[in-house]
Amino acid sequence: MASNFKQLLNSGKFVITSEISPPKGTNIEKMLHHIDLLKDKVDALNVTDHQSSVMHFPSLGGCQVIEERGGEPILQMTCRDRNRIALQAELLLAYTRGIRNVLCLTGDAVVVGDHKEAKGVFDLDSVQLLRTIRQMELGKDLGGNNLDGTIEFCAGAIVTPEARPIEPQLIKFENKVEAGAEFFQTQAIYDLDNFAKFMQNARQFPVKILAGIVLLSSARMAKYMAENVPGIFVPQYLIDELASAPKGGALNKGIEIAGRMITSLKKEALCDGVHIMAIGREEVVPDILEAAGLPSRVMA
Amino acid sequence: MKSITKQKPFDEIKQQLDRFDRVYIIGCGTCATMTKTGGKEEVLDMKKRLEELDKLVTGWTVIPTACDEMTEVAIREVDGAIRNVNCILVTACALGVHRVSLYIEKPVIPALDTLFIGIEDSPGYFHEVCAQCGQCIMGETASICPLTACHKGLLNGPCGGTNNGKCEVDKEKDCAWTLIYQRLRDQGRLDLMRKYHPPKNYQVMPRPKIIKLT
Repeated sequence: MASNFKQLLNSGKFVITSEISPPKGTNIEKMLHHIDLLKDKVDALNVTDHQSSVMHFPSLGGCQVIEERGGEPILQMTCRDRNRIALQAELLLAYTRGIRNVLCLTGDAVVVGDHKEAKGVFDLDSVQLLRTIRQMELGKDLGGNNLDGTIEFCAGAIVTPEARPIEPQLIKFENKVEAGAEFFQTQAIYDLDNFAKFMQNARQFPVKILAGIVLLSSARMAKYMAENVPGIFVPQYLIDELASAPKGGALNKGIEIAGRMITSLKKEALCDGVHIMAIGREEVVPDILEAAGLPSRVMA
Repeated sequence: MKSITKQKPFDEIKQQLDRFDRVYIIGCGTCATMTKTGGKEEVLDMKKRLEELDKLVTGWTVIPTACDEMTEVAIREVDGAIRNVNCILVTACALGVHRVSLYIEKPVIPALDTLFIGIEDSPGYFHEVCAQCGQCIMGETASICPLTACHKGLLNGPCGGTNNGKCEVDKEKDCAWTLIYQRLRDQGRLDLMRKYHPPKNYQVMPRPKIIKLT
């Protein structure tokens, strides 16, 4: 069984993905609620892998739930916490549980998270992980041994279109394409002119690009992101726009901004879809879709 | 080669010396002197602090290079002062501690933490250049080792956390891959940024690392 998500990517449709953040603990009610809320409204759902190096319920666990409930999961896999043996084993497990999409990431540094003294593994990097998947699909593990039953994944990666300097990131992007990445979900973008420039270059490669849309929930949050999150540049006019919202209306303004950006991206056919990251406010993703004028969708 | 050390928190030294009241101190005249962590001055300072704890410091010496085999001779010369102590406190790197322990059958306690093998950029500033992985790739990375200089030790280009040439974990530290990119570009060797580096062999030399070189 091939990936439904892959078929959608190749169908030429403007693809919408979003993401689920698993809980810190065993209370998965909220996660289940978010999955049920979003699984039929977007084309696929990422599950984050200890995002920001903060220990959580695992990505694989969240993906299994999505799959069981009829959604299309994208397994986020960082190289921070597992060596090559553990990563390969997890790919085997994911495949047997019906998971068909993997997003390969290096992973944030351990020291930005909540277990600052832990050992950062990074036995593989994102490029090597992509190649590992391709090698395992051919029936061999990284040790060169035969697999009894192989895997098949739609493998993706990330790229930061607003990184400065951009050149080393673009080379890495090409290295990921070369390694077998089929789709990219970008870091948050806000400057559409800059993104258009990035896309002009990216279009020459046979990959699908989903623009990262991070919901700005307040002027303060936007300013914090602009100043503290590497590779994210929030233009001042957006911060001003959020600040101008009436008291208690910043979130709605943020939803409006996100919707507006998605509309522009789709209208100008700048990219192949969007990846919506609502960071803790997953319940408003349907509102963003509505603001973007996108019909609620049901999985094919 | 310089072994970069820093003094352990004094409380830790105090705790390790808890059961010993007669102490002899050995410093090192090479790396620990250069880093100002275990030379004559620091040994005398340590002596003073131990005496304030009512320890009897029977003597001290600074061995020219604590990690080399001449240490045996240096220790024999101070045998009288060592004979009656309960332990030896060594203000040298772990190599010095190891070497001293070969010649004295008494507890040998490190006063320093060994941080890395590095070089001095300017007075008081040290940095690690090589992680001694046993499989040097600096020929393809413009003489900058990404395993050492990149926080995550990435072999195939920068992560997405780099910003304006700095590292995501510390805005004061350079992104290794940005430096590699710039140097390769200036050398007209940017094609090397596109070369795939396969997963590293961490068993080039399995631990414990022992080798006979002919």
